[in-house]
Amino acid sequence: MYQYDEYDRQIVRERAAQFKDQTRRYFAGQLSEDEYRPLRLQNGLYIQRHAPMLRIAVPYGLLASKQLRRLASISRKYDRGYGHFTTRQNLQLNWPEVARVPDILEELAEVEMHAIQTSGNCIRNITTDPYAGIATDELIDPRPLCEILRQWSTFHPEFAYLPRKFKIAVNGAIEDRAVTYLHDIGLHVLKNQQGELGFRVIVGGGMGRTPVIGKVIREFLPWQHILSYCDAILRIYNRYGRRDNPYKARIKILVNAIGPEKFAQQVEAEWAHIKDGPTTITQAEYDRVAAHFKAPPYANLAAVDAGFEKSKKDNTPFAKWVERNVRAHRVPGYAAVTLSLKKPGLAPGDCTADQMDFVASLADQYSFGELRVTHEQNLVLSDVAQSDLFEVWQKARDAGLATPTIGLINDIICCPGGDFCDLANAKSIPIAAAIQTRFEDLDYQHDIGNIEINISGCMNSCGHHHVGHIGILGVDKHDEEWYQISIGGQQGLSASLGKVIGPSFAAADVPDVIEKLISVYLAQRHVDELFIDVVERLGLELFQKAVYGERTRGGRVAERKVANA
Amino acid sequence: MPEIIKDRAIVTDDWVVVRLDEGKSVDMALPQGKLIVPLSMWLSRRDELISRGEVGVWLSDTDEPELVAQDLHLFKVVAVDFPKFAVGRGYSTAALLRTRYGYQGELRAIGDVLRDQMFYLARVGFDAFSVRPDRSISDALQALNDYSVTYQGSVAQTQPLFARVNRIAADERQNGS
Ligand code: SF4
Repeated sequence: MYQYDEYDRQIVRERAAQFKDQTRRYFAGQLSEDEYRPLRLQNGLYIQRHAPMLRIAVPYGLLASKQLRRLASISRKYDRGYGHFTTRQNLQLNWPEVARVPDILEELAEVEMHAIQTSGNCIRNITTDPYAGIATDELIDPRPLCEILRQWSTFHPEFAYLPRKFKIAVNGAIEDRAVTYLHDIGLHVLKNQQGELGFRVIVGGGMGRTPVIGKVIREFLPWQHILSYCDAILRIYNRYGRRDNPYKARIKILVNAIGPEKFAQQVEAEWAHIKDGPTTITQAEYDRVAAHFKAPPYANLAAVDAGFEKSKKDNTPFAKWVERNVRAHRVPGYAAVTLSLKKPGLAPGDCTADQMDFVASLADQYSFGELRVTHEQNLVLSDVAQSDLFEVWQKARDAGLATPTIGLINDIICCPGGDFCDLANAKSIPIAAAIQTRFEDLDYQHDIGNIEINISGCMNSCGHHHVGHIGILGVDKHDEEWYQISIGGQQGLSASLGKVIGPSFAAADVPDVIEKLISVYLAQRHVDELFIDVVERLGLELFQKAVYGERTRGGRVAERKVANA
Repeated sequence: MPEIIKDRAIVTDDWVVVRLDEGKSVDMALPQGKLIVPLSMWLSRRDELISRGEVGVWLSDTDEPELVAQDLHLFKVVAVDFPKFAVGRGYSTAALLRTRYGYQGELRAIGDVLRDQMFYLARVGFDAFSVRPDRSISDALQALNDYSVTYQGSVAQTQPLFARVNRIAADERQNGS
């Protein structure tokens, strides 16, 4: 992975020192609350319901074992011994003290980490495919360009105070595993007819209060130009994005207001001025960065390991785990292992310090000392030899990290919600727990097959509920916590937004509703159809009937409007 | 006389920024001396202002720099106003004045100008800063040195880091250089 040189190190050190001084001035009364807020946000520090929250950047989801160990020790020393992996592949600490955050940043800087721009109205952490570099359908390893984008976006002087936050995702494979259609800018790799690599540029996607599928504003952008093209997009956005209303300030609102064609023209006109300038990525710079992402020293292995095959035959739980949690690798004899952070009873994405240490040692022993964080809030050991899988499984199981449900109903994406987050309308973690309990039976889960349930505690959509096959959104109804349920959302190349099935529900009813939705699917499915396929084929009606009965919907729909007013 | 930061030094300043608050209109009577006038006043009283001698103009956060592009040679000072330090449109305004329209004279940040934004402001082309009067100007001056390294190109330094220094590749470093 990328290793800092003296310049990178200098920048994170100076950042830590700058924030230390800002925090000192804040406590000395020299910086007002309002003045300190954007400064701390750009260092990932929120003031939350119970305590501050610190969001630490995990650039494009890649971590070295040494870094994970440091995160473990930081979470012990400054927090309550655990952290929460987010849908943006970052790590959040829920209980740090504001006064000690500068010390945390210093400790992070020592292992080439930071919390730069993990919040605030600026360019956020770049995200990508967690299987970058090992996926069988990859056209370009997105990590070097992600790192180049990370450096370009870090303290970009023109775009540090944008109208609103700005998220960029890069996908280097044929399949889209980076949700590129739901980012402010999504870059999706393509090869043109001459065999050159470039990106389809998608702008103005996003979740939140007004979910929108991004629009393609350029079919093919040669990779050398991604920085200057992003500069052009951001300049148009910084100049013309709305600042009068934070709910209308994202770039998607601008793109919709003037139309994607006109927006594209403005970007192209701006780009014409800066194209081929100094920001053009040189081959030398690309090569320098790409050298950091060279494949690890893989052994020459047979494509199929006999011992591994035998273990699968002899041990059904292992075979089930392999079926769900192990993924094909482009190198023969290797596999990618997903360590599940979705153990029923624990908040999805939560990881204890002991588990972090444990995963770090697994990575050292079995996966060249590296791991990845997925936006589904799990951890991935990307390069495990098949012959080691049985051992890895046994160890992971003992550490509570081998729940064999990746992609199944209990692999729920869930934001911290009302238990932690100030903005929440409702709790999300107990809803996830209740669903996981309802669907505890593994055979039942396997029978239901691939399905994604995503839960957000409010419209900010950190739990990506809009693209859940089933999306659950916390809403506030007369000061009570209610849940609005949608179906039919999905990520990927055919990204779509879920449709609300009807009036919202009390927390206690949610597992029943989910079960009713599932029973419609089980009754209606054709062979090989997933839940999402059945929703696409049949539409909402049968599902609504199962949930709401035959009652006339007019009155109830009116009620929903009140609930969301 | 008030002080500003100019070219990385604290200097006294005899320019007066004319603001149209409290029901004043572009037709208001103008005081003697060197004035930085709002864009709307410049557009409506251009000839008169030129005849007064040295003149400056200021752009609000929503004023388009295109509107003064042809006139830039007439100004001793161009200022960009930050109504709130966190409203960042002026950063693009400054960058455009410097790069697209080739303005080389004094470019001054006015309004809610605070030390924690100084470094960014300088990088997009501001060379003069009218720091908010209730804050220490010497602290603000120090903030221009918050960072010794920057990654991306900017107005102040057009070349990105990768183009201006020879960053050592991973392989060479692993070999212990
Ligand atoms: S979706 Fe809402 S409740 Fe959940 S973490 Fe985001 S802001 Fe907080």
